[in-house]
Amino acid sequence: MPLFWLILIVLVIAAVGYMLGRSRALANAGGDSRELHSLPSYYGWNVALKAMVPTFVLLIVWLLVQPLYVNSVISGMIPANVIDDGSSRGLVMAEVRRAANGLDNAVAQGVMDEEFARNARADFTDVSQVLKDAGQIVTTEVTQPVLRAAQRYRIVNATGYQIMSIVAVVLALAGTLFALRETRALFRARNVVELGIHALLVGAASIAVLTTVGILLSLVFNTWEFFKLYPASDFFFGLNWAPSFSGRGGSSDLGVLPLLWGTFYISIVALAVAVPIGLFAAIYLSEYASPRIRSIAKPLLEILAGIPTIVYGLFALLTVGPLLLKVFGNEGLGWMQAGTAVMTAGLVMGIMLIPFVSSLSDDIINAVPQAMRDGSYGLGATQSETIRQVVIPAALPGIVGAILLAASRAIGETMIVVLGAGAAARLSLNPFEAMTTVTAKIVSQLTGDADFASPEALVAFALGMTLFVLTLCLNIIALYIVRKYREQYE
Amino acid sequence: MNDMTVMDSTVEAQRTKMAAQNVNVYYGDTHAIKDVNVEIEDKTVTAFIGPSGCGKSTFLRCLNRMNDTIDICRVTGDILLEGEDIYDKRVDPVQLRAQVGMVFQKPNPFPKSIYDNVAYGPRIHGLAKNKADLDEIVERSLRRGAIWDEVKDRLQSPGTGLSGGQQQRLCIARAVATEPEVLLMDEPCSALDPIATAQVEELIDELRESYSVVIVTHSMQQAARVSQKTAFFHLGNLVEFGPTGQIFTNPEDPRTESYITGRIG
Repeated sequence: MPLFWLILIVLVIAAVGYMLGRSRALANAGGDSRELHSLPSYYGWNVALKAMVPTFVLLIVWLLVQPLYVNSVISGMIPANVIDDGSSRGLVMAEVRRAANGLDNAVAQGVMDEEFARNARADFTDVSQVLKDAGQIVTTEVTQPVLRAAQRYRIVNATGYQIMSIVAVVLALAGTLFALRETRALFRARNVVELGIHALLVGAASIAVLTTVGILLSLVFNTWEFFKLYPASDFFFGLNWAPSFSGRGGSSDLGVLPLLWGTFYISIVALAVAVPIGLFAAIYLSEYASPRIRSIAKPLLEILAGIPTIVYGLFALLTVGPLLLKVFGNEGLGWMQAGTAVMTAGLVMGIMLIPFVSSLSDDIINAVPQAMRDGSYGLGATQSETIRQVVIPAALPGIVGAILLAASRAIGETMIVVLGAGAAARLSLNPFEAMTTVTAKIVSQLTGDADFASPEALVAFALGMTLFVLTLCLNIIALYIVRKYREQYE
Repeated sequence: MNDMTVMDSTVEAQRTKMAAQNVNVYYGDTHAIKDVNVEIEDKTVTAFIGPSGCGKSTFLRCLNRMNDTIDICRVTGDILLEGEDIYDKRVDPVQLRAQVGMVFQKPNPFPKSIYDNVAYGPRIHGLAKNKADLDEIVERSLRRGAIWDEVKDRLQSPGTGLSGGQQQRLCIARAVATEPEVLLMDEPCSALDPIATAQVEELIDELRESYSVVIVTHSMQQAARVSQKTAFFHLGNLVEFGPTGQIFTNPEDPRTESYITGRIG
C-alpha cells in the first residue's frame, strides 16, 4: 500500500474519531454542552490526536529503521567471493539496491510481470538487458548473486511495508477506541489537547536545535579527519595556499592565513563603505526626514537587501571592476592590474550591507525614548548636538550590534567575492590586487572532482569550521556588548 | 509641610518676567488653548493646576517653544520674555531654551555619567572657560539641585543608576546648570514617591530665590505648598489666576471652587 494512501486512511480514521468523540461527549452530557468539562471540539481533538500521534510516530520510526534492517539482512546474504578486489560490500549493496529499484520500476511499467521479477535467473535470461530496455540504469552486468539479493531485497521490503501498513491502521483504530472509551462529560479533554500542543511545539524546537547540533558535529568530525591527514600547525600558520588538483594530495600547501587575510581585508573595505553610509542614512531617516520621505525612502533602501548576492556579483564583475580599472588601472594611476580586486568586491559588498546597517540602526534610533531628545532640546541643544551627544550614545550598543551583524554577513559572503575579488590567495596590502576569501575557496575545493577523502576536499570542512568559529565569536561579542550596555540606558 | 503655611504668607509683588497675551494653541484642528493671558513674575513660583487635558502642559511647553518640535502644533498671540516676543522670527528657539529651562514629568537623565549630565548644557553653550570652571559649575548646580552630598563621590557613575527622586533632582541640577532665567517644570513629582516629592518641593522653594519657576501639577496640595501664584485651567481656558492663598481660600469663579473642592476633575 503506498504511503500516501496509508496516511490518508489514518487521517480519515482520525476525522471519524473526531466526530465520534465530539458526539459521544455531548451525548454523555445529555446534549447540554455546558455540562462538559471542555468545549465539545476538544473531545474530538483528543480522539483525533490519540489516533494520529502514535501512528505517525510509529510510521516515522519504521521508515527509518526498516532500510537499516533490510540492508543488514541482505548484505549478510551476499557471499564474500562476489565482492571484487578494490570493491566493498557497500558498493555491491548499492548495486543490489539499484537492481531492486530497476525491477520495481520495470514491473510498474509493465515490461515484466511480478512472477518474472521474482523468479528470473541471471544465468538463464539476460536480466540486465531487459532492465536496460525498460529504461532502467544498471551499471554493470547483473550477476546471479546480485539478482538473487535484489529479489530477496524486494520481497523483504514489500513484506515490511505490508506489516507496517497493518500495524499502523490497527494502532490508529486502537487509539481511537481507547480515546472514545475515556470520553466522558467530566474528562479533561482541554488539558490533553493543551499537552499535545505543548509537545508539538517542543518537537519543532528540538528539531531546529538538533539539526544545528548535527551540522556542527559533521563539521567537527570532518575537520578532525582533515587534521589527521594534514598537520594543524601547517593549516593555521601556513602562509601559502596552493592545493594540488591531482587529487592525490601530498604536495598541497593548505595554509589558511592568506584566505583569512583576504576575508578580513574585503570585509573591512565593505564595512568602511557600509557603516558610515548606512548609519548616516539611518540618522537622516529617523531624525530629519518627514514621514512622507521616510515612507518612500525606507522601503526603497530595504529593496537593496532583497537583491540576490549573485546580482551584486555581476554588478561587481561587469560595472564596478571595469570602472575602477579605468581610474586605477594602467591607463590611469597604474595601481590595478585587473578588474577583480579587493576594492571591487569590498565596495560592492559594502553597498549590499548598507540596508542591514541602516535598517537595524534606524529601528534602534527610533527606540531611543523621546524624553531623551526633549531633555536635550529643553537645555537648548540643536538637533545635531542632540543626535551626536544623546541619541547616538543611547543607541550605541544596538548600533554596534548591527555593525557586527553586518560584519558576520560580510565574512560569510561568497558570490560577490567569487565574481569580484578573483581566485588568487595572496597576502598583500594592496587593495587593488586580486585576493580571495575562505568562503570562495570552500566552493572551489568542493566543486572540483577531488576524492572526498583527500585533504584537498576535507580542507573545506576545516575552513568552514574556522569561519563558523569566527562568526560565532563576532555574534557573542555583539550580544555581550548589547547586553552589557542595555541595562545602563533604560 | 502644612498646607496653610504658604497661603498665609504675604506675596510681595515682583516684576513681570514673562507675559502671555491672547495666546491660542491649535493641535491640527483641535483648539487646545483659548485666549490665555498670564503674567509670570520673577523670583516667584507660579503653579498651573487643572484637570487632565485642560491644556496646562501644552501652555507650559509654549513658554520655551518646545512645541516647535511637534509638526501639527500652531501658536498665535504673543509670549513675551523680558518684554520681547519669543515667537519673533529673530529669536533662536535653541537659544531661548537655554534661557527658559525645562524639567520633565519623568526623570530623563542622559545615558551619561552624572558629571556629564550636568556639564551637558554648559558644554554646548560654552559657559565654562576651562575644566576647573566646568567643575565648579557642575558642583554649584548639583548643590542647587540639593543632590551634591549624595553624588559627590560618584560623579563618574551613570546618571541612570540613581533612584527616581535623585534622577529628578539631577535633571533639575542639569537645567539649572545653563543659568536659565525661567525654569519650567512639567509635573516634576508625578513619578516620585512622597519622600522624593517632599525633597523636590523643598528644592523648588529654594530655587525661587534665583529664578522664576513655573510648575504644572495635578496635586492641589502641591500647588498650595510651593507656589505663590496659581493659574487654574479648564478645557483650554484660563479660568482664574491670582495669589495662591486667594485661589484656594476665596476663589472668584465657581468652576475653580468646584475643582479645588473636588467636584469637577
